[in-house]
Amino acid sequence: MTLTAIDLTCVRNGQALFAPVSFTLVPGTAIRLQGPNGVGKTTLLRAIAGLGQRPEGTLRLDGRPVGETEAAFAYSGHLDAIKPALTVLENLTFWAEIHGASNIQDTLSHFALTSLITRPAGRLSAGQKRRLGLARLALSRARIWLMDEPTVSLDEASIAALGAVLTNHLAAGGAALIATHLPLPIEATPLTLSAAKPTKITDPFLAEGAL
Amino acid sequence: MRALLARELTLALRAGGGAAQGLVFFLIVVLLIPFGMGPEPEALSRVAPGTLWIAALLSCLMTLDRLFQTDFEDGSLDALALSPLPLEAITAIKALAHWLTTGLPLTIIAPLLALTLNLPSAAYPWLIASLAIGTPALSFLGAIGAALTLGLRRGGLLIGVLTLPLYIPTLIFGARTVTAAAEAQAPLPALALTAALTLAILALSPFATAAILRIQIR
Repeated sequence: MTLTAIDLTCVRNGQALFAPVSFTLVPGTAIRLQGPNGVGKTTLLRAIAGLGQRPEGTLRLDGRPVGETEAAFAYSGHLDAIKPALTVLENLTFWAEIHGASNIQDTLSHFALTSLITRPAGRLSAGQKRRLGLARLALSRARIWLMDEPTVSLDEASIAALGAVLTNHLAAGGAALIATHLPLPIEATPLTLSAAKPTKITDPFLAEGAL
Repeated sequence: MRALLARELTLALRAGGGAAQGLVFFLIVVLLIPFGMGPEPEALSRVAPGTLWIAALLSCLMTLDRLFQTDFEDGSLDALALSPLPLEAITAIKALAHWLTTGLPLTIIAPLLALTLNLPSAAYPWLIASLAIGTPALSFLGAIGAALTLGLRRGGLLIGVLTLPLYIPTLIFGARTVTAAAEAQAPLPALALTAALTLAILALSPFATAAILRIQIR
């Protein structure tokens, strides 16, 4: 699935957050989203996933407009969507059943979680939690992964493991849009967001065309 | 969907899940009434239906703030919203799990507590029936309140303010069913109205709740 964006930006209170960007995300490739803190990387990822306000501009999936909720997208953000009261296996089994996935054992071993399956997720370290969160993403059958700082709190071995999983995903025709400041374990085309020039109109009502 | 229901039930029943909390609260509120009202059997049996129903409303409210809040805070709600399940089904299942862990146990224990309030024996089946039929409405209406107060600090209090007024019709007809039975009148009309209310709420609440959640996850 090819994701095409033309002059895409996110608007808050009538102001564009960042200068409009255009990109094409082809199957088998990854884009690395970069830019200063607060420029709107997370907002853009969430907007594409359908979790935020719709972005301004054109966003197409294989030529058709992107709908309200798309099964094509999987999003992993700062939060790992893990229940501390459930064990690692219970957490992952739940998401596997929701997504109709059956490869739990493979995913567990890819992220080196096999020895932790009976541990309550609340007693995992930050890096282990992040690995579990990424394992959840890997279980979804979405073709396009939207990842927000996936390598935060991961050690080198885990980053390499993530690299292997991402390489598999891309080799299988998937794609990834990754926002990060850290080095990525895979080849990715850089895309830099820069702050939008403030427009003269600062009144949100005027800017939204209320008059 | 079964996976989601199983997860919700497991989380509610595990330590810190709060399923027992509502039930214990119900127990204590009802047991406090004889202390406050005095032990005269006639006075107690007159207030028994209303007391049991109000205590049911309040204990239902106890666990409502957790319905979406924890999922919202740990990112699960985002992930669920992007899952193949429709958000309407997710909210319905979560409300159902809430009823199974609060409304249902409360219905089962209510006859036992009615003993302490000297409820006339003819009213027992109607008490069970009215709670069994009426309490699902409490969970499903409460889901709307829980969705509205998502992300607010001390949202628990606000849920009460928003939700309790909506509980009034169910309270009126539910308590009326039991009172009618206790006073040897026909309880069936009030029970039928309770059931009608519950059915309407079951049908509408998932859509309202899902629409609110869509706004909240922005």
